[in-house]
Amino acid sequence: MVTYILRRLGAGVLLLAIVTLVTFMIFYVVPRMAGQTVQQLATMYVGKAPTAEAIEATIDRLNLDQPVALQFWEFVKGIFVGATYSFGGREVVCSAPCFGYSFQNYTEVFPELMARLPITFSLGLGAGVIWLIGGVAVGVISAIKKGSIFDRLAMGVALAGVSLPVFFTGLLMLAFLVHAWDIFETPRYTPLAEDPVAWMTGMILPWLTLAFLHAAQYARQTRAGMLETMGEDYIRTARAKGLPERKVILKHGLRPTLTPIVTIFGLDIGLVLGGAVLTEQVYSLNGIGRYAVQAIISQDLPVILGVTLLGAFFVVVCNLIVDLLYAWVDPRVRVAG
Amino acid sequence: MTTPGNGQGSADAAVRVQDLCITFPTLDGDVHAVDGLSFEVARGGALGIVGESGSGKSATSLALMGLHRGTKAKITGEISVAGTDIVTASNDRIRQMRGNEIAMVFQDPMSSLHPQYTIGDQLIEAYRTHNPKAAKAEAKKRAIESLDRVGIPEPARRINSYPHEFSGGMRQRVVIAMALMCDPTVLLADEPTTALDVTVQAQILDLLDDLRRDLNMSLILVSHDLAVVAGSVDEVLVMQKGKAVEHGDVRQVLSEPEHPYTRALLAAVPRVEVSRAQRRAEVRADRAKAEGRELPAEDAEKKEQEKAAEAPAGTGTAASPAGDGAWTPDQPLLKAEDLVMKFKVRGGAFGRSSDFFAVKNASFELYKGETLGIVGESGSGKSTLSRMVMRLLQPTSGKVVFEGRDITRISERQLRPLRRDVQMVFQNPYSSLNPRVTIGDSIGTALRVQGEKDTKQIKQRVQELLERVGLEPRHYNRFPHAFSGGQRQRIAIARALILRPKLVICDEPVSALDVSTQDQVLRLLSELQDDFDLTYIFVAHDLAVVRQVSDRVAVMRKGEIVEMSDSDSVYESPQDEYTRSLLNAAPVLDPDEARAHRAERIRLRAEKSTAA
Repeated sequence: MVTYILRRLGAGVLLLAIVTLVTFMIFYVVPRMAGQTVQQLATMYVGKAPTAEAIEATIDRLNLDQPVALQFWEFVKGIFVGATYSFGGREVVCSAPCFGYSFQNYTEVFPELMARLPITFSLGLGAGVIWLIGGVAVGVISAIKKGSIFDRLAMGVALAGVSLPVFFTGLLMLAFLVHAWDIFETPRYTPLAEDPVAWMTGMILPWLTLAFLHAAQYARQTRAGMLETMGEDYIRTARAKGLPERKVILKHGLRPTLTPIVTIFGLDIGLVLGGAVLTEQVYSLNGIGRYAVQAIISQDLPVILGVTLLGAFFVVVCNLIVDLLYAWVDPRVRVAG
Repeated sequence: MTTPGNGQGSADAAVRVQDLCITFPTLDGDVHAVDGLSFEVARGGALGIVGESGSGKSATSLALMGLHRGTKAKITGEISVAGTDIVTASNDRIRQMRGNEIAMVFQDPMSSLHPQYTIGDQLIEAYRTHNPKAAKAEAKKRAIESLDRVGIPEPARRINSYPHEFSGGMRQRVVIAMALMCDPTVLLADEPTTALDVTVQAQILDLLDDLRRDLNMSLILVSHDLAVVAGSVDEVLVMQKGKAVEHGDVRQVLSEPEHPYTRALLAAVPRVEVSRAQRRAEVRADRAKAEGRELPAEDAEKKEQEKAAEAPAGTGTAASPAGDGAWTPDQPLLKAEDLVMKFKVRGGAFGRSSDFFAVKNASFELYKGETLGIVGESGSGKSTLSRMVMRLLQPTSGKVVFEGRDITRISERQLRPLRRDVQMVFQNPYSSLNPRVTIGDSIGTALRVQGEKDTKQIKQRVQELLERVGLEPRHYNRFPHAFSGGQRQRIAIARALILRPKLVICDEPVSALDVSTQDQVLRLLSELQDDFDLTYIFVAHDLAVVRQVSDRVAVMRKGEIVEMSDSDSVYESPQDEYTRSLLNAAPVLDPDEARAHRAERIRLRAEKSTAA
């Protein structure tokens, strides 16, 4: 088991290193290969009507004229030990982990990310709980009452959930639930520590929107998995023991079905924590996703790079957790691992 | 139908079934799975229900457990188990009865235990469902006792193991232990040994017999094989198409069967005492009769001799172009020398690996027209050996010589022309045919791969072969799901034969089939050997089957060939102790002989345990 964990951990670190390298290459090397000069690259940092002097200073500060390997090394070093930049003779310390400075407003990327993280976390984890429980519950009931009106209705809604984009369902919900019928208040983020009730009421609509998209997929997966599991021989054995049907379904049927669900849940939650772009945008929540959108629009390379790495980090971590959970859920993995 | 023991009065019966009908509504109208079945099992009595798949025996056993509820099956008639009327009782009553008064042992121990719970959890659950007030410790103690009773070593430790940590036979013991948790009145075993090896089968049957006597349970043993039930039951009921065609004392039914179906079933059971020569003569005579020509026994023999004489001069087919010296038919067609298959097994927490020998120094020679039987239990390396011969697996060391040419290390490209000459028939006809490809394409693909381009020509040759293996040419465009297990195996055989191979490797070709279907497929293989002058390697765990088809037999155990000789001497005077124990475990039809074998096995086991 220890070897298993260590191996997974090693693989995760290696993956992050590769992602860092590839992302760096895309943002700093590919533009150069496409013919962009160092000056043009530096111009983006300087802002409107740059002076030649400012450009030179920027090139110097960011080592843009140095070999790529050195630039990458400086970048990685910044992440671990921080970096020091000079702005017009003034030394500015960017403490570790340093992802550099935003082109736009000269703020450090990492603190900006951290400031937005609670919003994305609130949104992602809250929605995750809802879609996991809701999706699995609907899937189980659908599988057991296969062909019933509930099943058909639920699967119809699930199909809609999978196919409708968030900016559509989100706006629809805003229009009806908030503006027309006044059921929910306008989504707004309040920190949990400040006012838990306001946190919840403010987030409920984004949660539902994001959860609806995913729950649909979970319901369909659970239903299919449950139908398969309930046909297994060991389910017949459980019935032949005289177990009540409820126990047959929830204890013997659900557990094998959950194994693949746990896997996709890990992937999905990792992705969402890296920024639920559409949901955040629709409800104007200042999370990681929205930060990324703004950065993309203004071609703010360090921010895009930071968001990408953070997203990759979450996906890797969540997958690591899933792998460990897997060993707990399915004893056969322990031996194979 | 006469029901023996009617005089005892049904109040005493543990199970009473009266005029049972089970109907499944389908789109094509109702299917009567069981049609007017009646029987009784006394307390402590044992009944065998025997029939082919589709005879309604499994539908009957599910109905006895009340497991038909929630399915589309409709039931009329009367079923009473330990005084409970299964047809009319409430769902809750049925639930209380399951596992408590009637417990079931299923066919496939690999899939009938939940893979994600320890066996202890599963056993304890069985007890506490019916004894909700029982403390967990008490249930655990019972579970350990129960595991001990069925012969699981170190039960107190093993109770925390998961099913995948047990072998198939051990898993079946666990399932039986689970069935015993609540001291049921009736134990219902539906094909409990079909998925197991002969020796394990014998152990499980011995255990069931012992438990039944010891705990005074009634036993209902359901099987497709009369030889399996012969030694374990008092009465036997033979089912065909949902009806009981014969029912009576086991000795009576087996020695003087009344119904033609029972007689046919008995004739189909492969008997370990029938030799290859006898069997071959029988098949040839039957065939001659069917084809309406005369073929006296001497003729057949003469033909055989002529063939043998003719062969060396013979067709001179393919002297290998590689020119390792010309191969002549008096040399072995296939030679295996010291074949070894070694796997690295990772074990322990730090990934230390150790060597595992799947096959160890196996050597044999095989001449043209001969059949070599390889017999052994699962895990003995027999399949691995047969695959190495075909180079489906690369041997770790050793040599494979085909027609005088060493093919052990030649490249895949050089091997391709040889693929024509060596073909394979697999065990499971359900998974070895691609369900999305018509059988015509399945069979014809090999021709296409080997360069035949004329589609019409391919179709014609496939259709001829379909007819030859007992199917119809018009089946060409059908998909595998339209065929039964036996028919599918015929398709698999046709696929192997389409290239006119010299050597066919049959890996457990009949072990997934019912006895009567098994018999038909074995006959077909024998006929094809005559017609196409085939050489077979026949891998199987069933001793009787192997004897009937093999000129020579190799007995394998733990990767080694422990005994190899002509089949009659292996079977009549086995030299190795392991071969003897295998033969002793083979099911026999005579109930008295079966019991004598059982007594012998029990004596040997007792000797072993006192010695140890």
